[in-house]
Amino acid sequence: MRHRSLLILTTAVTAGALTLSACGSRDDDGEDGGGGGGTTVVIGLDAPLTGDLSALGIGIENSAELAVKTANENEEVEGVTFELEALDDVAQAQQGQQNATKLVGNEDVMGVVGPLNSDVGQSMQKVFADADLVQVSPANTNPALTQGENWQSGDKDRPFDTYFRTSTTDAIQGPFAAQYLYNEEKLTKVFVIDDKKTYGAGLAGTFAKEFKNLGGKVVGTDHVNPDDKDFSAVATKVKNSGADFVYYGGEYPAGAPLAAQVKETGAKIPTVGGDALFSGEYISLAKKNAEGDIASAVGAPLEQLDTAKQFIKNYEAAGYKDAYEAYGGYSYDSTWAIIQAVKAVVEENDGELPGDTDEARLAITEAMQGVSFEGVTGSVAFDEYGDTTNKQLSLYQVQDGKHVPLTSGEFEG
Amino acid sequence: MNDLPQQLANGLLLGALYGLIAIGYTMVYGIVQLLNFAHGEIFMIGGFGALTMWLWMPDGTNLAVALPLMILMAVACSVLVAVGAERFAYRPLRGAPRLAPLITAIGLSIALQQAIWAWYPDATKARPFPEFTGSRIELGSVSIQRGDLYLLIAAPVCMIALGFFVSKTRSGRAMQATSQDPDTAKLMGINTDRIIVMAFAIGGAFAAIAAIAHGLRYGNVDFRMGFIAGLKAFTAAVLGGIGNIYGAMIGGIVLGVAEAMATAYVGNIPGMEQFGGGSWKDVWAFVLLILVLLLRPQGLLGERVSDRA
Repeated sequence: MRHRSLLILTTAVTAGALTLSACGSRDDDGEDGGGGGGTTVVIGLDAPLTGDLSALGIGIENSAELAVKTANENEEVEGVTFELEALDDVAQAQQGQQNATKLVGNEDVMGVVGPLNSDVGQSMQKVFADADLVQVSPANTNPALTQGENWQSGDKDRPFDTYFRTSTTDAIQGPFAAQYLYNEEKLTKVFVIDDKKTYGAGLAGTFAKEFKNLGGKVVGTDHVNPDDKDFSAVATKVKNSGADFVYYGGEYPAGAPLAAQVKETGAKIPTVGGDALFSGEYISLAKKNAEGDIASAVGAPLEQLDTAKQFIKNYEAAGYKDAYEAYGGYSYDSTWAIIQAVKAVVEENDGELPGDTDEARLAITEAMQGVSFEGVTGSVAFDEYGDTTNKQLSLYQVQDGKHVPLTSGEFEG
Repeated sequence: MNDLPQQLANGLLLGALYGLIAIGYTMVYGIVQLLNFAHGEIFMIGGFGALTMWLWMPDGTNLAVALPLMILMAVACSVLVAVGAERFAYRPLRGAPRLAPLITAIGLSIALQQAIWAWYPDATKARPFPEFTGSRIELGSVSIQRGDLYLLIAAPVCMIALGFFVSKTRSGRAMQATSQDPDTAKLMGINTDRIIVMAFAIGGAFAAIAAIAHGLRYGNVDFRMGFIAGLKAFTAAVLGGIGNIYGAMIGGIVLGVAEAMATAYVGNIPGMEQFGGGSWKDVWAFVLLILVLLLRPQGLLGERVSDRA
């Protein structure tokens, strides 16, 4: 039966080929630093620039570019010209790690902004730590990245000294939403769904824990595949569970159709999620079914912050085609933090960077710990774990096709 | 278990969608023994064809009015790509070893995805697809989306039309003859090249009809939607007995219902909490496939063919 073994072979070959196809690499632009005189410092950037999550990734890239441009125009660091090298990780941990290796290999790279996804961040950390290259993520929210695997039991241990982030963590993002929904909205029954990824499962976990502590009831849990489109069976389960709302730990490409299909069953209940649902794409995918859904996001609403007004103005003036999205402000601040760290090192070292790459990278990483400035999202500084000291969070609700701020505050756990 | 009728309906609709796509795999395999792995992308291109037609319509057009034109456009795009693939990618390899067209198909699949990604405006992310407005339709304890009515009508109509075509028309009988013995069919004066093109075209048309159902059901189309859907449809075709058109539809429905049942109930079995829910449904679907193939290697409706391959 050659024909049956051919079928098996075919399936195996296809599965392999399709996995590989997911991690195609992009070519280098091959441009070399211009900038007559002075040093050129390259700031690396890693984010999903194509694929489902590209809306968020491109917002990160544009905002970082804006920071680099601003620094060059204002001559923020005398004698240093900054350049951005943006790499696409297609939201895949494996590709992120390859990009990390590539950035480490470029001797001009003195700091890296990104990535978006927590699981990608996890895969990059060690590569950067081995090279003492500082990394500042504008969007990773999984607590384990800075506080170690055992953060939940209070046994915090920073795994990598080179990793910093300007976003707050799921350790407070989930509970923040839980408190609001239980105390303010008086919703007591939740159906918790996650996508099994580092970010989604972590977020759903912290939410459910706090919600139960408050006295709420988890009437059902389920897990979905992030690539799925059909959630009708799960949606029917949600409807029959009698839940007041759905909490989804995951990102908008699956979150939006899930929320839409839950409402399509006739259950008039909102879907609530984390910052990865806080995107205009969420609304354009779920359309009218997005109405009433709630997303938490780190920081105060940019539109309401005085510090962010200049950023928003500059972003609009720069004429970017895509919006800065949820992480634009954080990306700008992450980039600016690297620029400030470079500045601190240059000022210490008689107006130039140490000649040796390894030495310069180590010095910048050490300087990052002391960086403190007023950024787009408020004051930016890092605690002993590399987490931001800014614990501001907000909730947004979709009303008339737009995310409208519901509440904002500091989480007190 | 009071949601059983609803879950069966969910599975049935999903399965009908898989079945429509599976027709393309099964027809092409039945005639040229080629697994056309680019079929998922032909399905995806149908979705973009329909979307293009919708975007050409003036704002405020009623979707029900636009739908026939969208179907025409989707079918035209998919059939064009399917026939083009046959003519330029597969026909030159007709006499080549079996693996050559297979690898070509995989390559073509990736190429088509990338082409849409690169050249269709804004296709790097999911593009919203129009949806029917209005409340759900209640049928006793079961309720379905408005958009699913299309699938509910299209799937049986297509199957009946195809069944009639294959068994009653001259071309259909020529197709059966080619599938049974291409060489003899040729000697009997059948233009087998034309029959092969026809198999690709019918498969493409069914995929296009399925793509519109997909768009209406999930509210968007994206350049990668053919991958998972294609893989599931291929599974459905094997499950039902590859080469058999009714098998493809039945395989699709069995697969869809199995997924819905696995999502809904496996977690309720004591001791199985870990293995239930949406993330395990694919595992259970493939467990079912393996069981069926162990007991009936030729698939549910497949015939044992020893002279092939």
